[in-house]
Amino acid sequence: MRVIVSFIVGGLFGLGLLLSGMTDTTKVQGWLDIFGAWDPTLAFVMGGAIIPMAIAWQLTRGRTPVLGTAFPAPPEPRLGRNLILGSVLFGAGWGLAGLCPGPAIASASFGGPTGLVFVVAMVVGMMGAPTVRTRLDRTMAAV
Amino acid sequence: MQSDWIWGLFGGGIIGTAAAIFLLVNGRIMGASGIIGGLVDGSGRSDWAERAALLAGLFIVPAIVAIAMGGSETHLTDNWVVVAIAGLLVGVGTRLANGCTSGHGVCGISRLSLRGIVATVFYIGAGGLTIVIFKHLLGVI
Repeated sequence: MRVIVSFIVGGLFGLGLLLSGMTDTTKVQGWLDIFGAWDPTLAFVMGGAIIPMAIAWQLTRGRTPVLGTAFPAPPEPRLGRNLILGSVLFGAGWGLAGLCPGPAIASASFGGPTGLVFVVAMVVGMMGAPTVRTRLDRTMAAV
Repeated sequence: MQSDWIWGLFGGGIIGTAAAIFLLVNGRIMGASGIIGGLVDGSGRSDWAERAALLAGLFIVPAIVAIAMGGSETHLTDNWVVVAIAGLLVGVGTRLANGCTSGHGVCGISRLSLRGIVATVFYIGAGGLTIVIFKHLLGVI
């Protein structure tokens, strides 16, 4: 049952990304292009998504998931080097191509060969991330 | 286009509803990079079927709807080198930061998580700076 719910959730996620225009890299790069032809669409998508999710977080209080045992733990308060460095690297890649992980998968069927190159490179980066994390920790410990 | 923001708000509402269902029913956070990353680095082996099912829906539904709409365009650059570097950066970065636009952005900001808010400020800032440097200064993209 949880697997079926996951499929439906993924389907809705993809539908929302497509309808909102977030699988169009020009709209994403347009949002980041504050000194060019700025496109505010992404802010509306974010706002539209945050509202139902904020209500959902309120509904988790004093309850348990319908098909689960516990809700996610409260957010970790510490920021840390990996959060900042990782977000900067992610933002740079996001700006270069106009794709982030969700839309990359959602557009894979119609994104052509370069869309698949992005997905493969992203997966390689994800596979390498634990090694990068360990190396960083070791380097920082040595300094 | 004038109607773009309406579609943005509507599509965003669907994304948020999907995230809300995933939280309230399965008790999980709908973060794309975490779901993919856990599958490919082996850290999410215990619930691989749920991860795979979500990704299958994320791939199949837009594929069908795009066909029904008469096709869709990503307008992604043809420059394979830029795309490959961008993909690597997105892959490493989101896993180091433990989240992307959906996890830190939608799911983090909506619970007022400091980590989610700070991550979002940094990836939008870095994205904006990248556009300034590589589009306006160097003209590469």
